[in-house]
Amino acid sequence: MHELSIAISMIDQISEESESRGGLEVEVVHLKLGIFSGIDKEALLFAYELACEGTPLQGSRLVIESIPLVIYCDACEKNRVPPSVYQLSCPDCGTPGQRIVTGREIEVASLEVVA
Amino acid sequence: MTTRMVEVRAKVLKQNDLLARALRERFTREGTCVVGLVSSPGSGKTAFLEKLLSGLARDSRVAALVGDLATENDAARLRRATPNVRQITTGTVCHLDAQMVEKALESWRLDRIDFLFIENVGNLVCPSSYDLGEELRFVLLSATEGEDKPLKYPTIFNSSDVAIITKMDLAEAAEFDLAAARRNIESVRPGMQVLEVSAKTGAGMQAVFDLLHAQLARARHPQVAAIL
Repeated sequence: MHELSIAISMIDQISEESESRGGLEVEVVHLKLGIFSGIDKEALLFAYELACEGTPLQGSRLVIESIPLVIYCDACEKNRVPPSVYQLSCPDCGTPGQRIVTGREIEVASLEVVA
Repeated sequence: MTTRMVEVRAKVLKQNDLLARALRERFTREGTCVVGLVSSPGSGKTAFLEKLLSGLARDSRVAALVGDLATENDAARLRRATPNVRQITTGTVCHLDAQMVEKALESWRLDRIDFLFIENVGNLVCPSSYDLGEELRFVLLSATEGEDKPLKYPTIFNSSDVAIITKMDLAEAAEFDLAAARRNIESVRPGMQVLEVSAKTGAGMQAVFDLLHAQLARARHPQVAAIL
């Protein structure tokens, strides 16, 4: 359970971002979360709400977009979605994929703020 | 009330990543080979590390940072091998981060250390998100844990560089299927090197020492290593 640590890092980062732009009133936070990030979506939603209490982000809503795991297949020379997160190989030719293209993201994409 | 969109596109762990990068540069500059150890609790990390430290201390300068939620027990145990051991107690935090590592290194002369080991909190989930600036990450899997651990915790296996199968002296009694374990590791981290050891009997430890010495040589003399 490190979702609380992640939520606190997120809040710090958004607060910094907000300050650098002269103070934003944040209503919605859009987060990109890779399914191979090791972070549980539901746990993060729960932790976010808790961590926001008493901060300027209290009452804001977190919207998480799940990013699929995509690997690069050297044999097909294409990006591929592996059969599962525990089988990192090409679904077409079976070649093991060593390069991860997406799936590890933990990234604040955008904020919806009061205009 | 109208709202507008503000593009941010910022990595949540940017601060940790930046600090880890600075640590990695510092380790390279000082010529210290830094290895992180991750595993579940009770997989034999400390016994393995004890063997590593005492074995390497014969001809190298070694040090270790050990992370735990509470107690100084591990540090006390490891100090039998080297006095250069510091415990990081995280309280309730389930992983180490780059800041904890930086703080724990305070006043240590890294240029006088050949190998530094960072033993993470026993946990196969959380440490995978935090870069500590290490050059190599070892993930440990004990023969008594079962072969399918890599499939259950793919992110930590994938974020590691070498898999160490520990407690091989108990493999037979635990009916451990080594071939299946190797297959599962390969499935979540294609191409990963796998070594089998027993900290108790010392079997397989030489291969780990050799790997570490080769890594140190490569780090200090990249041009020589390229020829070899």
